[in-house]
Amino acid sequence: MADFQGKQMIEISGLTKRYGSHTVLDNINFAVDSGSIAAIVGRSGAGKSTLFRCVNLLERPTSGTVRVDGQELTHLSRRELRTARRAIGTVFQSANLLRRLTAAQNVALPLRFLGLSDEEVHQRVRELLERVGLLHRANHYPAQLSGGQRQRVGIARGLATRPSVLLSDEATSGLDPETTRSILRLLTELRDDLGVTIVVITHEMDVVRSVADVVAHLDRGRIVESGRVGEVVRRSDSPLATSLLPTDPAPAPLAGEVVWQLRYTDAIVDPNWLTRVSRELDTDIALLSGLVETVGGDHAGRLTVRMSGRLSPATVAGAFAAYGIHAQVASAADELAVAS
Amino acid sequence: MTGSVVTGHVLALGTPWDGVPALVLPALGQTAEMVGIVMSIVVCLGGPLGLLIFNTSPRGLAPHPRVNASVSWVANLGRSLPFLVLMATVIPFTQLVVGTTIGVQAAIIPMSIAGTAFFARITENAVREVPPELLDVGVASGASRWQIIRSIQLTEALPGLAAGLTLNIIAMIEYSAIAGAIGAGGIGYLAVNDGYEQFDAHIMLACIGTLILIVQVIQFTGDRVVRYLLH
Repeated sequence: MADFQGKQMIEISGLTKRYGSHTVLDNINFAVDSGSIAAIVGRSGAGKSTLFRCVNLLERPTSGTVRVDGQELTHLSRRELRTARRAIGTVFQSANLLRRLTAAQNVALPLRFLGLSDEEVHQRVRELLERVGLLHRANHYPAQLSGGQRQRVGIARGLATRPSVLLSDEATSGLDPETTRSILRLLTELRDDLGVTIVVITHEMDVVRSVADVVAHLDRGRIVESGRVGEVVRRSDSPLATSLLPTDPAPAPLAGEVVWQLRYTDAIVDPNWLTRVSRELDTDIALLSGLVETVGGDHAGRLTVRMSGRLSPATVAGAFAAYGIHAQVASAADELAVAS
Repeated sequence: MTGSVVTGHVLALGTPWDGVPALVLPALGQTAEMVGIVMSIVVCLGGPLGLLIFNTSPRGLAPHPRVNASVSWVANLGRSLPFLVLMATVIPFTQLVVGTTIGVQAAIIPMSIAGTAFFARITENAVREVPPELLDVGVASGASRWQIIRSIQLTEALPGLAAGLTLNIIAMIEYSAIAGAIGAGGIGYLAVNDGYEQFDAHIMLACIGTLILIVQVIQFTGDRVVRYLLH
């Protein structure tokens, strides 16, 4: 994976997990740089959750190694593993809060396991709840909290032992878009403020687009595609890019017109490209559909436009290419119309 | 005329009402003592036994099929026999432990055996109800098995344990009555011995009333405790 800050916080190599004769994970090689957010995507049943559980050794891999912060986990004794796990915060799907404990008591749990004094626990829990914006809900029970609030408590609990790595399994699934955004904002803050390395397991491409630096696509137990998100979305024939920036099917063009599919190929694209190309070619460009976003600091875009068929395809493609945009004819009205 | 006299005579037979408390109250005390002692033993032995059964099962913290099978077998043993038969079966053991085979002390041994087996299953079931993902929370945060048992399993299972404990106490009151057969004393013994065997209607009614009342009070209290624990 791309090298942001040099150090690799998580290194998974040759990881295989079998249940009997069923191979759930097949020779996974995956690394995450320190202080970045990695997303693991895939359909349900692809092995995402098993991979998640292998990173903190909730499941023991059949073979392969898992290295977190330079420490090889699969060789540790039970006691050593307990200590190592404290450096890995875990946020579970549906938060997994103890229903009989208040928000504060749930967050305090890992600190109690560490054997900190009441004073230290109290202090740290306050800090954590403040960070996730739930200090005012400290004494509420999970049943009295909303889904998003419960998830925030789960994140605060995951951060309790000041881990260098935070694993999150579908932490935003089932939450409404507004709540999802607030959770994702929180994750980004954790990366930026605390330098926490975060791995999110998700099936939601929005999540990947908005927070992930790198992405790996898991399919039937294998990583079939991976890379920096900003770079992946510019790939031409990538299923992952298509699902990250989906486009509507091109509509049938009107007579004498051509529908073009555009795709950003450069990391930085002049935001005024549409008007500029229009002026240069002296033609109108009808924007039919499209998605333009900043993904992992890079510009990414996939759009469908309609233009007059008078222009030669090479001229059009060349004009777009000058702005770092790949243009491809999606459909022409008919051969005659293009030729005329 | 004669009929009514006879009827009146039968009804009048037995302890006068004002003499009833003097018999019932000490019996109530004996029942409380027996059930109290038995329940302390039951919780101390049955609780850990139940935790052991669950945690050596495939879903537990330390799966161990052989240990699980043997502990589970032992727990079933204590629940296989009707209480009266169990009581007779363990007589030699009772003699060995308390030095007598009659009275309150003798009753405590079979009651504790039956109760421990009962409570072991109740604990196992209550702990099984704790979602497995919550155990993952403990493991992932680097907790030891003992910490997970204490802070997660027992904490979350507490309402279920309280409900089971209520059930267990009521069952032990019932067993204490059966233990009356070996002269254990208590309300049940009084009802059978004085009320039923000697046709003492007042004692019988008083015992029935008292038993109904204490079971209701225990169930009511148990339900309140469970509701409190559930928040």
